[in-house]
Amino acid sequence: MAEEKVKGGAFLLESPKLEEVFVPEEFTEEQRMFAKTAEDFVKNEVAPKSDEIEAKNDELHVQLFKQAGELGLLMTDIPEKYGGLGLDKISSMLVQEKVSSGQGSFSVTITDHTGIATLPIVYFGTEEQRQKYLPLLATGELIGSYALTETNAGSDAMGIKTKAVLSGDGKHYILNGSKQFVTNAGFADICIVYAKVDGEHHAAFILDLKSEGVTLGPEEHKMGIRGSSTRAVFLDNVKVPAENLLGEVGKGHLIAFNVLNIGRYKLGVACTGASKAALGEAVRYANQRFQFGVPISSFGMIKEKLADMVTKTYVLESAVYRTAGFIDALFSQLDYDDPEFGKKAMDAVAEYATECSIIKIFGSEVLDFVVDETVQIFGGYGYTEEYPAERFYRDSRINRIFEGTNEINRLLIPGMLMRKAMKGELALLPAAQKLAKEVMTLMPLALLGSGPLAQEELAVEMARKVALIVAGLAAQKYKEALKDQQMLLARMADIIIELYAMESALLRTRKVLEKKGEDKARHHVAMTQLYVAQAFPRVAQLAQEALAAIEKGDMLKANLSVLRKLTRWYTPVALVDLKTMVADKLIEEEKYWVC
Amino acid sequence: MKVVVFCKSVPDTETRVKLKDNRLDKSEIKYILNPYDEFAVEEAVRMKEAGKVDEVVAISMGPERAREALRSALAIGADRGILIKDDVLDGSDTYVTAKVLVKALEKDGAEYGMLLFGQQAIDGDTWHVPGQVAEMLGLPQAGSIIKLEVDPDAGKAVANRLVEGGEEVHEMSLPCVVTCRKGLNEPRYPSLPNIMKAKRKPIQDYSIADLDLSPEEVGKAGSFTEVLSYSLPPKKEAGRKVEGEPEEVVQALVKFLKEEIKVI
Repeated sequence: MAEEKVKGGAFLLESPKLEEVFVPEEFTEEQRMFAKTAEDFVKNEVAPKSDEIEAKNDELHVQLFKQAGELGLLMTDIPEKYGGLGLDKISSMLVQEKVSSGQGSFSVTITDHTGIATLPIVYFGTEEQRQKYLPLLATGELIGSYALTETNAGSDAMGIKTKAVLSGDGKHYILNGSKQFVTNAGFADICIVYAKVDGEHHAAFILDLKSEGVTLGPEEHKMGIRGSSTRAVFLDNVKVPAENLLGEVGKGHLIAFNVLNIGRYKLGVACTGASKAALGEAVRYANQRFQFGVPISSFGMIKEKLADMVTKTYVLESAVYRTAGFIDALFSQLDYDDPEFGKKAMDAVAEYATECSIIKIFGSEVLDFVVDETVQIFGGYGYTEEYPAERFYRDSRINRIFEGTNEINRLLIPGMLMRKAMKGELALLPAAQKLAKEVMTLMPLALLGSGPLAQEELAVEMARKVALIVAGLAAQKYKEALKDQQMLLARMADIIIELYAMESALLRTRKVLEKKGEDKARHHVAMTQLYVAQAFPRVAQLAQEALAAIEKGDMLKANLSVLRKLTRWYTPVALVDLKTMVADKLIEEEKYWVC
Repeated sequence: MKVVVFCKSVPDTETRVKLKDNRLDKSEIKYILNPYDEFAVEEAVRMKEAGKVDEVVAISMGPERAREALRSALAIGADRGILIKDDVLDGSDTYVTAKVLVKALEKDGAEYGMLLFGQQAIDGDTWHVPGQVAEMLGLPQAGSIIKLEVDPDAGKAVANRLVEGGEEVHEMSLPCVVTCRKGLNEPRYPSLPNIMKAKRKPIQDYSIADLDLSPEEVGKAGSFTEVLSYSLPPKKEAGRKVEGEPEEVVQALVKFLKEEIKVI
């Protein structure tokens, strides 16, 4: 049998083998070259034009977009057969990260185009559709967009009202309705639009935005990413050729959901790039800004901020590329010419839907933390438009909202895992039951290994057990009704997110340790210890709250005593020393140096 | 006509240089293609795109990592690479470097029309090698050019150099040597498709034995100069601001120049 791939959600049951985990230190020379082109282009061509882009100079924005197309930055996920590069997913994500180096508006335009606007055609398009659109989307000659949301159907994608009716001669679908918040609408040539055929059957269409009957609403006045285009799209008896139906009638929602999974994941990748950019600005400013005769980066409280920012960025980067590795392993087995390609691609993406949601939430929240502290480090200047901190702060905020709010994604995480468990794809419940028995005799400290990360390894193992126990008890107590326990589900989701984050950093650092030795890996080790030092107690706290939402009285007490056993053994690390060491390295390098 | 571009792998411009045991601490340095060499590669590739040149060859002498610098040159558009790599080359000075590069040119065949260099490498910053190569081969040379016109049929090139207060225009017969600087062109970003193509372009490896050189002729043994020690520039101290009415400021400044740093 071929080697078994890591299954989505399997991290709840056991740690993956180290060799199955991809870490950014393993980027190839070619991948680094791709990254350099993307990064240099944004730094040298886009960033100097930032103010003009933000002032809605659309012509310039589109011109830069086309330049990105000429450099091949839009074609990473399009097969070679259709004028793309058909790159592996790790390369494609790395390019995505670098394109998102601190230019929020431009990054959103590109991400929307390459992700939710292009991928539906790559995955679900007919041969004719692929040949017609992909080569032009690959070069940027056509700009894409995606319209799902309506005034009364945002997170509730099934509730869309836009209607499609097949014309009498069967040649066209006639579309009527209105779409809200369509990214790229003002620039785009085509749009993946969702409608219900005869008001009932969800379907996706490739819409030419120049079609008769299509009108656009005015630009939204947004808090951030102001240079991007966000407009309503109104459809008034718009004739869409029947051959522009994407996929099957009745399955449009599946396209929407699965493409959103990738969108979510790409968003987390973009947040990684944006975090690194903000972090760089913050540390350079902290080194230049003198108060009391010394740079403010020499103050303990600023160092603490810098250390926390770089630590979270490191953890996010670890989680992002660990996930890229999983997705790439599945995609590398797929063949674009396979008639079943769309379904298989959909399954591959769906396999890691939990991880995609984790990356979306964690990425957007790490970025929000980083930009918030960036403003704080800039002080009064951070509150003015003269410095980039203010824009970073505004640009970041949308990430917690679009591609599925973080709340929706928090509901999805336990929901999807439970569904996998019910279908027997993930042995969650047997594991939880087995654990419930074992835990009586379990002595965590007896399991403590040796080496610089012994305590962190044990913390991750115990966090996994905590997650399983809480999930098992919640499922047992509420059964089907668990989906209505949103506050409990949110805590379950957060425990799972912290587990994935801690473990991703730990696995990466272990790999770096093996390869480079303790001295060279000391900052990796310190950041892993620092992250576990905040995440593990948080897991204990979340679990305590979750348990109190499941049982009361003596049952609760019994459950809490188990939780305490799993978490109380942890000894706090020397935070001040570790943060100072990490901050000093960042202060010396003046940028995210790790990779 | 074949033209040859000389490429050096140098520390990234953002590198924080550290010393260890009186040597550069290279353990955490990221390397790039010398930025001045990018102007040279770009110029050569443009000549090829204009139909004036048939082949652009990139040559580098250095450790294994120099292969990445060559890969960058290939991604900009050079056709093939030559890597001269040998442990005994460690410690070579600019004279040895020039000598080895000339040997490699001979080995590859002598029918080149032009040799292009960056005017300087941002690490050693000697500016030596292009002139030494030109001298060893007896070729005309124009350094630090900002404009280049080549006429292969007439067998000549016209190069403009920026000099104080104006420009010098040099006409040279081919083959000739030029060194390139900012202002000559705007190097392109290697596109993703070209980066992928670069992977398939050939790089020929040469050891010193391949070039008919003996260990005594290269490295420290063959060199005229040796780096004795390294030191970092003194740390920049925070400036001092003199404030007040113009007369007071002038008096304070004069006092400072006379009494503190004693330059007047």
